Parts: sequence; structure tokens; C-alpha cells
Amino acid sequence: MSGLMWIVAALVVIAALSWVFRFAGQAVTGNRPYFRDMSYGVAFGFVLGAAILIWVVYTFIKARFILDETAAAPYFFFIFAVEGLIVAGIAAWLFRAAGRLVGTGGTRKLFRSMPLTASFGILVIIIYAILSIFAQVIAPYGQEEVFAAANTLPGTDPMHPLGTDNIGRDLLSRLIYGAQNTVGIAFVTTCLAFLLGGSLGFLAATLGGWLDQLVSRAVDVLMAIPSLIFALLLMTIASAWAGNQGWLLTVYMIVIIAVIDSTRVFRLARAVGINIVVMDYIEAAKLRGEGLGYLIFREILPNAYAPLLAEFGLRFCFVFLTIASLSFLGVGIQPPLADWGTMVRDLAQFINFAAFSPLTAALPLMAAGAIALLTVSVNFVVDWMLQKSSGLKE
Amino acid sequence: MTDERQTLVEIRDLWIEGRSDEEWNPIINGVDLTLHKGEVLGLIGESGAGKSTLGLASMGYTRDGVRISKGSVKFDGIELTTASAAKKRALLGKRIAYVAQSAAASFNPAHKLIDQHTEAPVQHHVSSKSEAVADGIELYRRLRLPNPDEIGFRYPHQVSGGQLQRAMTAMAMSCRPDLIIFDEPTTALDVTTQIEVLAAIRDIVEQFDTAAIYITHDLAVVAQMADRIKVLLKGDEVETAETREMLSTPKEDYTKSLWAVRSFQRPAKPAPAVDATPVISVQNITAAYGKMPVLHDVSFDIHAGRTVAVVGESGSGKSTTARVITGLLPQTDGVIEYRGQPLPADYRKRDRNQLRQAQMIYQMADTALNPRKSIGEIIGRPVEFYMGLRGRKKRERVRELLNEIELEPDQFIHRLPSELSGGQKQRVGIARALAAEPEFIICDEVTSALDQLVAEGILKLLARLQDELGLSYMFITHDLATVKAIADEVVVMKDGHVVEHGPKDDMFRPPHHPYTDLLLSSVPEMDPDWLTNLLAERGVENIGDAAVDKM
Amino acid sequence: MHPVLKIVIQRLFLGLLTLLVVSIVIFIAVNSLPGDFAQAILGQSATPEAVAAIRKDLGLDQPAITRYFTWLGDMVTGNLGISFAQANFASFVGTSAESGSGPVTVLQQIAPRFQNTMFLAGVTAVIAVPLSLLLGILAALFRNSVFDKVANVGALSAVSSPEFFLAYVLILFLAVLNPVLPSLSNIYSDMGFGERLLRTLLPALTLTLMVTAQMMRMTRAAIINLLASPYIEMARLKGLSPMRVIVKHALPNALAPIINVIALNLAYLITGVVVVEVVFVYPGIGQLFVDSVKIRDIPVVQACCLIFAGAYILLNLMADVLSIISNPRLRHPK
Repeated sequence: MSGLMWIVAALVVIAALSWVFRFAGQAVTGNRPYFRDMSYGVAFGFVLGAAILIWVVYTFIKARFILDETAAAPYFFFIFAVEGLIVAGIAAWLFRAAGRLVGTGGTRKLFRSMPLTASFGILVIIIYAILSIFAQVIAPYGQEEVFAAANTLPGTDPMHPLGTDNIGRDLLSRLIYGAQNTVGIAFVTTCLAFLLGGSLGFLAATLGGWLDQLVSRAVDVLMAIPSLIFALLLMTIASAWAGNQGWLLTVYMIVIIAVIDSTRVFRLARAVGINIVVMDYIEAAKLRGEGLGYLIFREILPNAYAPLLAEFGLRFCFVFLTIASLSFLGVGIQPPLADWGTMVRDLAQFINFAAFSPLTAALPLMAAGAIALLTVSVNFVVDWMLQKSSGLKE
Repeated sequence: MTDERQTLVEIRDLWIEGRSDEEWNPIINGVDLTLHKGEVLGLIGESGAGKSTLGLASMGYTRDGVRISKGSVKFDGIELTTASAAKKRALLGKRIAYVAQSAAASFNPAHKLIDQHTEAPVQHHVSSKSEAVADGIELYRRLRLPNPDEIGFRYPHQVSGGQLQRAMTAMAMSCRPDLIIFDEPTTALDVTTQIEVLAAIRDIVEQFDTAAIYITHDLAVVAQMADRIKVLLKGDEVETAETREMLSTPKEDYTKSLWAVRSFQRPAKPAPAVDATPVISVQNITAAYGKMPVLHDVSFDIHAGRTVAVVGESGSGKSTTARVITGLLPQTDGVIEYRGQPLPADYRKRDRNQLRQAQMIYQMADTALNPRKSIGEIIGRPVEFYMGLRGRKKRERVRELLNEIELEPDQFIHRLPSELSGGQKQRVGIARALAAEPEFIICDEVTSALDQLVAEGILKLLARLQDELGLSYMFITHDLATVKAIADEVVVMKDGHVVEHGPKDDMFRPPHHPYTDLLLSSVPEMDPDWLTNLLAERGVENIGDAAVDKM
Repeated sequence: MHPVLKIVIQRLFLGLLTLLVVSIVIFIAVNSLPGDFAQAILGQSATPEAVAAIRKDLGLDQPAITRYFTWLGDMVTGNLGISFAQANFASFVGTSAESGSGPVTVLQQIAPRFQNTMFLAGVTAVIAVPLSLLLGILAALFRNSVFDKVANVGALSAVSSPEFFLAYVLILFLAVLNPVLPSLSNIYSDMGFGERLLRTLLPALTLTLMVTAQMMRMTRAAIINLLASPYIEMARLKGLSPMRVIVKHALPNALAPIINVIALNLAYLITGVVVVEVVFVYPGIGQLFVDSVKIRDIPVVQACCLIFAGAYILLNLMADVLSIISNPRLRHPK
């Protein structure tokens, strides 16, 4: 209860301060329009924001510089979050600054108007791409390599900076290989979904008629089942078919998720296609006597790249999260392939060590955070792209 | 005379900027404006001249992403640029009112008209709700809305466009403001509806002696409405003068060129020989969208080297006729003949030569050109597709065509449509049609989205091409000034029927069908007394929708 | 008939039809399993006679169409069958059904868990809906301000993170480092409301983070879209107060998009709930579903799937119907 009392007291103080803040602003600036027309709510927001900022800075300084190591242990994650945010901001800023200097005129122009979130997103995507392509080179050990020292905690063995799991595999290596497996499989699945959904969608938009009706209704039905539930149901059946062959189940999973996701791609491709098909230049091309191939590939597709690319980003995130969720639930990517979803599940119980061994507790969060970081980054980039293209229309 | 009256609005050295892509670009550059009590000022200019921005600024209002960077706006002695939000709110709606371009979009779809009407008087404590309702009904009556007692209790989507525009004028009048800003109130309306709204607006502004700023791009309209006219060009003032003086003796070159647009006219051509085979012959066409019939027994001929203008209001079936001729909408009955040979109804069944002979130019150049293709590719495709030219020969032909439409090839061939102005895009559309080397071109409202000067350039280009290449045009338009300028023959359509049909000179000379008569008489003319004379001649009951309903 | 009523009835019919087709899809999917149920129940070592007996008992010797309609009829009447995990050889051939202590039916298994899941979804909705509407409206009002930008980045991050990441972060801060809430949500039927609420709070918070972010963004977009419309400008030019512009002019028109946003996100909860229930070991239908998937307990999987799909379709239908009703053009035809 005392916690609640504290919160109420703090809010009262902030409420009083915001009135003072607005009054002072009006007095000092000589009633400038900005302060004169400021509503009380806005002033309250400013003071509340300032209070939170002060608390964060205070706690950070206290934990980082004043408290001794054991007392600071509970603040490990807090410090990590604050420092991570600062480092990410600096990295994104540097990356954007570099992008403005290097490259062709087009890319430089792109970087000039880029918000920090987007440049951070692009930077992270590039790092993930490098990690997943060169995992074999970067990782210190193989993903299936088993060492004698099982269950070593992170930070205790210099040979294994993040320790080993219960059967003695190096966790750092598995984390890096996870990039290759999880990202790679998600990428392949998304491409497959686009190939299937995209081509059907454009065909339906251009031809219309019974084909459009048939595919659209089928898609409606498939979309009436929540995708994760449907995927789980189909995975049950696939696991019966695959038997004990883990790799076969992974292939089934790729196909199943690709088909389920292609319904969403179909919807978008069809909608985009229909918007383009009603344009006069398509009518002009039809009246010229152009064939279906020319219409789709030369007239429609070039105008659909932007929304399709944005959708590809979103779909990739969705597929990636679905696969991670399936793996987390134990029916996704099968061992011995290293994969982040499975790692989170296997390491989850370590989170309870947070108070005395923060690094150990960080293990499951690292795998989960690796997933989150990529999807958040892709979303940042897509958000920026969508905003840019909608801004151009106005 | 007017200078002796009290000043209501005084704008001095006003600079306004708009944001695009993190940059602030100028919209209005140091314009002055003075408006006296009870005076109507016409603001004219082409698109992008800053008319609406200036009109809104005189209310002390700027849209999102627009700011006043310098200057002063005084309304009845109150400086609006520095006034507090609450002070401005007390003026808006009560002493200054606004009538928007699209009444259909500017009425809230969720509330009844009368509730929106009474909102300002009730919120500004001018009158009680019941008084405001009674006054609203009275205003509807004065604005000659049908069923004034009931119409206010409908929702916006249940009322037609012309009526909504009058209801919005009534709403602006609800507090008896000192000033009303009319922002292109009739631009979205058909001519016969427009005249009715114009008459109503002028009448009510005079009755209450309200000052008004009337914003429009249509010179003939502003001539009827305004006491004084101010001409704007790209945010700069060109000149200001009394209406009659401005019309008779414009001083600046730009104003003179605007005035001259209306005088373009082609010499009449000799009538075609009686036994000549028409290039396109439309015979007894009946067509329907699904089960909805849209064309009934439509027939007319288009002879070689001549222009047939098809006129009518929106929904009259003009564009549908074009869709039937091109084969996009196969007719249910009747036949289209090309040089005496019947054409297959569906364009998919026509051969390449048949498709080539009939080309089309569209109203919206923006949607008619693929935004991802360069001008060279857009024009080059039909050259390659129909003529089989490739490589250097194709390039040469494209350059030839660009010269033909008066665009410098080196400068334009690699550009994308988005890098062109509206008029240039329309020229590229013409070049694409020419590339097929057709005999017959359908021009679907090709000038209605363009400013008048640019439109005149397009009309002159089309006329020259016709003379040089012997083309036949089917010219779809709702603008009778365009018809006068370019047509040899006129087809008048209404509700999917051909109402009247004949050579241009006959059409512009009475007697003719009452609908043609109404249509012709509804087109505003540059004479400031035109509306007054017309109303005196016909009476308010015989114009606009009321007259159409009587037919 | 009033056109709105007509459209609503049409939609209801369409929803039912979709559910029917979905049930066919599920039935076909399940029947494409290799081998059959009887074999699955008894394992590889069963005698052919025993398998045959069970096949007869389950009606597996019937043609597929007959089986489908029998199954559908059972589903509609609430007879969801008997779970494989609960069933044993004796229950099929013996007489245990009469003794009252027979195998637990799927219905008996699902019912309490369904209640738990509804409780979790309900708690989430109660927190998330008002919060997201408030944040969304604020972000729209103060768009491009610092608050809007921070909220946008935060929401985007929350939307795109996996559920289990958010769940573990919350566990870390609210259960392990600052033990305010229990990290495991073991709930019993005889638990008091307060206790139950406390244990549900952490999973509910996780779900709240997910859906609030999504709803906030969509609400913001819907309102900004609306604020750009000419009738809002008209209302401002009438000199109305900002509050009145929002409440009287924007909100009635924003209802349809906002209702849609809420319904869509509640539908999304259905998917999210599966992972979250597993993380917190919350005894809901999602956890049952995942457990049954792992042991291939077909009757349970089948029933859960149908329940999830039904709820999903129902919510989408509700969104559809409510937005039709809130449209003045349809409510007041010409």
C-alpha cells in the first residue's frame, strides 16, 4: 500500500509543479503564444516526462557509479538497457552520418531524410545478414559440437564466454548459428509465401472473373482460422507424417507457414493490383492489344514494388515470430539445429537467478532479445518506408 | 465609392510558407488586401496561386503544415496573427464564416444538416436552439431550397450536391456574419446547378449586406459575383481593380492572357460530302452496366478531319459512349462501323489494325501515364508495338513525336511523368496516341483538369495536329467554351439519350431543344451583367435543377 | 426490411457459412493423418481385434462424409468426444461409462480452462482498451510532438517483439528483481477473485503490452485520418472548442474504425494467448491446446481449433456488424 501512496503523492507534486511550470513560462517569456495557449494537460505531460527522465538519470548514476558491485546487481539490467539505448542511438547516428557521405547520389539523399530509428534498423539488418551468412566463420565452435564441461555458467570459463548448455554445447556458437538457422528459414519461408501469394494475387487482380472469386473465397476461409492455431494444427499432422526425421518436419513447417502466410500476401497483392488495374494507363495498354504477360510484368509490377517491399518486411517479421513461437512451444525447428526460440525455452528457468547472477539470467533474454531486435529493426525500416510513400502522395 | 466605406479586413505584407519534406516553401509572398464592409472581393488565379491559403489567412486560420511567417491580418481592428486561440474562436463562425469547395465532404456525415446549422449560433450564444432552427428554415427558404421545412432534418448524404452547397451557405449565414469566405463553392457542380447556386449566393449576400471574399479560378463566375477582383499568380499579386474596369481594360500581361483564352476559335470547315463514308459511325447503340441501362439508341457519325464534340452533364453517358466505341463496354444492341465495316463489340476480338485506328486521350494525365516509365518508353511502346520499329529508328520516331507536341526531346525523353507539369503530361498522352498513327482519337475531357492558359495550349496543339494529319476527333466535354473553340459538330446528351445533334453554328443559334437551350444559357459569360440579365429574362424558377425538373 | 438489418443478417449467415467451411477444413486436415485413431490410441503392439473393436466403437469404419456429419452433430450438441490421453482400452470395450467414474470427456476438460482463458482475455481487455484509446487519442492530438514520437517508437517495439520476450522481461522486473507479482499463474477453481486476479495480472500485462501498442497505433492513424477531413476543418472554422470538435465531430465518425481496431485486437489475443499461457503455465485453453498438439491428442486439438476459429470469426463478425451499424449512410438510407 505504501507504494501506492508514494505514487499518489508523486502525482500530486507533479500536478502542482506543472501549474508552476506553465505560470513561470508565461511570466518569463512575456506571455508568448506558445505558453499562453498551452493547456494544463500539456504542461502536466512536460513535467511528468521531466520527472521520469530525472528518475532514470538518478538511478543510473547511483547504480553505475556509487553503489558497490553486489548492491548494484539488481540494477544490472537497468544499466544495460540505458547504456544499450545510448549506444544504439550513437551507432545509428554514426551510421546515418556515414551514409550521408558515402554512396551514390540516390542513397545519400535517402540517408539525409532518414530518422534515427530507420538508420538503426538498417544497421541491425546488415549486422544480422553478415552474422547469418558467415556464421561458420564467426562462431568459435560448431553448433553440434559437444564439450566435456556441461552446464558451465557464463563468465566462468574463458573458452566459453556464455557458458555451455546441459549437454555441453557452446552457447555463444549456438546463438550465432541461431541467426543462420532462424533467420535463414524465415527468409526462405517468406520468399515462398510471396511467390505463391503474389503471383496468384496479381493474376486474380488482372483476370478477375471466376478465378478471382474462387481463390478469394478460399483465402477468406483460410484466413478465418487464426494463423498460429492453424499452424499448430497442421504441425500436429506433419509431425505424424515426419515421424522421427527432424529435418523433414522442418521442411513441412516451411511449407505450412508459407501456405498460411501466402493468404495474407495474396490479399495485399490483389488489392494493390486492383488499384493499379483501374488506372487509365492499364486501359490504354489493354486497348493497344498487349498480352497478359506484358500487362503484369511491365505495367503492373513496377508500380507495386514499394508496397510489396514493405509487405515483405512485415511478412518476414510475422513468419519469423511464428517460427520462433512454434520452436518455443517445441514444435518448430528441430534439434540438433540451433535456434533461438528453442533456446529461450531451454534456458528459461535461468531467469530466476537474476538477483545474484545477472549474466546467467540474461541468457534466455539474449536469445529472445535477438529475435526482438531483428523484428523491431525491420519494423522501424518498414514504418519509415510506409511513411515516406504515404507522404509522397499528399 | 467603396473607399469611403469602413474597412473590415486589412492584410498588409503577408508572407505564408508551407512545409514539404522538412523544408518551408513560400506560398504567399507579401500580399496586401483590403476589404470594406459589405463588399465582395473576387480572388482569382490558377491552381497553386495561393488563393485558398490567402482566403483562410484572412480568417486568421492556417492549415496544418502552413504558417504565417510575416505580416499582419486585421479583422475589424483585431490583429489575428497574434490573437489568442480563444479570441479567434470567438470570431470564427460568429463574425467570419466559411463556405468550402466540397459541401458533400464538409458536412459531417454523422449529423443532420439542421444540427450542424444551429451549432454555431448556439455555441456562440447568439440564439437558442429553437430560434436557430426557425431561422435555418427561413434561410433555406430564402436560398430557394426545395422543402425548406424538411430538408434540414436530413443527413448530408441524402441531399444533392447543389442543395448541400446552398445549405452550407445558409449555415455560414446562421450568425449573420460580417464576412464570408467562399472557397470555390461551385467548382464541383454541373453548369445548370452552378447557376442556381450562384444566384442564391449573390442574392443572400446582397440581402444581408455581408462582405465576402469569393475564391475561384473561373473568370466568368467571378465577374458575376465580385465588386472588385484581385488576380494572384504563384503567391504574388498581379493586379487589383473594380470588376468592370478589370474586364474591360486589364493592365498586366498575365491578366490579358487570361482574358484572351476565351477568344480562341477555329475557322469553320466545309460540311462533309453527303455520300462520304464516316470514319466512325455509331448506330443505334444501347448499352448497360450489368442490368443498369446507361445508353439508349445513341447514333452519330464522325467524318474524316472533323471534330465532333459530345456534351452533357455528369452521368449523361458521354464517357460510356467512348467506352462502347473502344470496345471496353460491349454494347447490347446496335453497331459501331469503322469506314463502313462493323467493328467487333469486344476490344479483345478486334485485330491490331482496328485497335490502332482508334486511340484515346484521357482526362487525368496523372493516371494515364505509367509513373514508373520514362517518357521515351511510354511513347516508344506503341511505336514498337504497332510499327515494329526498334533501336535507332524507334528512338528517331519518338524524338519526332516529341517535337510534334512541342517538347524538347533531349530534355524530356528520359524524364518520368512525375517530373512533368500537368500540361506537359497531357502532351505526352497526345504523343502516345499519335504514335499509333491513328485516324480517329477520342479526347475524354482532356482539358478539364488543366488551368485555362494551359488548356488553351492543348486545344491549339490538337487543332494544329488535326489540320496536319487529317485526324478525326470525338471530343467529350462539359465545357461549352471548349466546344465553341474546337468543334465542327455537336452532340448533346442527357440521361443516355442524344437530345440534339448537328453542326456547331446551328447549335449555338436558336431555336433548339429546351435542354440544349438550358445548357447553353447556363454557361457564365464574361459580362458582369450576364447573371442579372438572365434572371430578369427567365426568372429564378426557370434556371438550374428546377428547370430540369420541369422538363 | 431495413437495409442495415438485411446486411447484418447477410453477414451472420456468411459467418456461419465460414465456420462450417472451417470445420470441413479442420476435419479434412485431421483425417489426413497417417494410420487412424484406433491405431494411435492403442499403439503399435495392439492386436488387430482390439483395433477393429475400437474402430467400430469410434465409427471409423463409416465413410468419411458420414463421419463428418456425425462429428459436426456431436460438436453442435456439445459432445466433443473423449480425449486420447484420458481414454484407455478398458473405457472403450468395458462398461466403465455406466459407473460414473468414466473417462473425462473433452468437454469436461475444456470447460474450466475455457473459463480461465476468458478471464485472462477479459482482464486484458479491461486494462488495454481504455488505455490504448486514451494513448491513441493523445498521440493523434499531439502528433509529431516528443510524446507522439516516444509512444510511436515504444509501440512499434512492443508490437514487433515476440510475446515470450515481453513476458520474460516483465517476469524479470516485476517478479524476480522486484517481487511484486507471482511469476507462475497456477489457478484453482476454488480460488478467491482477488487472488485469482493477482495471479492473472502478469500474463494479462504481457498481453496488454502487445495489444495496447497495436490498438494505440491504429487508433492514432484512424483519428489523424479523420482530422484531415474537410468537415473537421469546417467545425474548427465555426469557432468550436477543440474538445467539442473531437467529441462531437470526430468521435462519431471514428467509432467504426475504432470498433474495428478493438475487435481485431481481441481476435489477435486468441493467438497471443497460446504462447503467454505456456510461459506463465496458466491453465487455459491455449496451454491445453499446445500440450495436446505435442502428444497428438486429436479430439482435443480438433475441438480447441474449432473453438479458437469460432471465437475469431465471431469477433470479426462483431467488428463488421458494429461498424455497419455505426455508419450513418447505412442507418439513414436515401
